[in-house]
Amino acid sequence: MSLHILYFARVREQIGRSEEDVDPPATVVSVADLVDWLAGRDPGAAVAFADRARLRAAIDNVFVDFDAPIAGAREIALFPPVTGG
Amino acid sequence: MRDVRLLADDFAPGDALARLEALGGGGVASFTGIVRGGDGLAELLLEHHPGMTLARMEAIAAEAADRWPLLGLIVLHRYGALVPGDRIVFVGTAAMHRGAALEACHFLIDWLKTSAPFWKRERFDDGRTRWVESRVEDDAAVARWNR
Repeated sequence: MSLHILYFARVREQIGRSEEDVDPPATVVSVADLVDWLAGRDPGAAVAFADRARLRAAIDNVFVDFDAPIAGAREIALFPPVTGG
Repeated sequence: MRDVRLLADDFAPGDALARLEALGGGGVASFTGIVRGGDGLAELLLEHHPGMTLARMEAIAAEAADRWPLLGLIVLHRYGALVPGDRIVFVGTAAMHRGAALEACHFLIDWLKTSAPFWKRERFDDGRTRWVESRVEDDAAVARWNR
């Protein structure tokens, strides 16, 4: 299953890129699984995702919790808590 | 009237207020957010999610229009590089009575701060940069609108 991943703000800087296409194994079922898998294959991602309290996710432009399933997702964005306004 | 925009350039709050005043209501409320100077801040960079930010702003505006009897609302939010004194955000509401206008305006800015995907990076005179962290006070501010 090919997924497009977007990174924003601090997460983007720590990982060193703004987007990538990945093909996670079938054992990666939820957003939390995906974050663990990405952190395990990339030292920058391990740093960016070290504190889950400072990480948020969106699937296909909708905010989701980390236990959300990624089945059927096209694009997943990972980013810090927002600071607009 | 509902006008929600994500802007690279500055905007004119006076023009937005005039449009709200022309709707025939009894009250117009507004909030303008401005880049705070001090501590050697040279630039504030506002990053956004091109596929998601405007849609979230529109959803927040729709929620406000649902909750209060508004004649109109305008939400303008900038992105990109700003300097101290620059306007970041404008929220304006028009209603028959002040209560709806004031409450909806307050709701809109609280929700924009916590649920529209924007991230702020500060750059200081000495070249240091720092991502602004979300504040628990902002989460508390938005929690009071939960029903």
